[in-house]
Amino acid sequence: MKIRNREEAQATQLNMTSMIDIVFLLLIFFVMTFKIVELEGDFSVRMPLAGNDSVAMDSTELPLKLRMRADELGRLTSISLNEIDLGQDFDQLRGNVISLIGTSTPIEGDDGPEIEIDTDYNLRYEYVIRAITAVSGYKDGNEVVKLIEKIKFAKPRR
Amino acid sequence: MRVKSKKVDLAEGDLTPMIDMAFQLIAFFMVLINFAQTESNDRVKLPSSQLVKPPEAPLEFPIILHVAQDGEVFLGGDSYTAETLRVGLNSEIAVIKAEGKSVKDANVVIRAHKDTAAGDVQEVIRVAQEVNLENFALRVKEDRS
Repeated sequence: MKIRNREEAQATQLNMTSMIDIVFLLLIFFVMTFKIVELEGDFSVRMPLAGNDSVAMDSTELPLKLRMRADELGRLTSISLNEIDLGQDFDQLRGNVISLIGTSTPIEGDDGPEIEIDTDYNLRYEYVIRAITAVSGYKDGNEVVKLIEKIKFAKPRR
Repeated sequence: MRVKSKKVDLAEGDLTPMIDMAFQLIAFFMVLINFAQTESNDRVKLPSSQLVKPPEAPLEFPIILHVAQDGEVFLGGDSYTAETLRVGLNSEIAVIKAEGKSVKDANVVIRAHKDTAAGDVQEVIRVAQEVNLENFALRVKEDRS
């Protein structure tokens, strides 16, 4: 009976151990450094120092005044737009903004309506962003309809 | 003649599918790895909004201010308060001016924690306004829900 030479068959097999070691090291490195990227965007606001801006002074239209009140923990207690109390409802705020400025044609650039946000000092920033979201536009399907682009802050309340 | 059974060969499984999978995983993580983490700060958790979209073009001369929950401001790795921030902003402005641009070309990107007091953010804006910066970008997370 003929026995095949075993040496030959084994010589063709590569030793995989070191490669697998490196591959797993790489894998662990990438897994550890992996971080899900959160998409971020900006609300661009042009806010020159009050008093320097002659354009704002010329404007005959007074800015809408948005007042936001907070409790001692920084939670929102009430919103009012031009002294109209809106409770805590951001949708109602958006509705009021739409009825005040109209939706006929969105005005872009420096001629658009302006809003001044006056918040309590300790109000959480999140609520300010929600208010800015409510007044700056709304989503109609995938399209963003713009409302107010000029936003400024009143003096911080201490 | 007696031939020994090849027990050694049986113990070796086929490694090909495992290596295939490992390489696929490596390729996946390599593609998704984000090296541009300089803009983020561990102490800042951004608020979210449905209206924002990631910008198509990067902002010109960004000055990125991270505002932590306690009102501490981070600019380029250094920590400031609203009162001392002016020093940091002045050095940023010096860089912008050295490049032959005006202060008004700079964009102040404010990355504030969602639970920061709004007043702290306003103070930061006020300090930036006092050194004649006027373009602000309030950075928020995109909410796709």
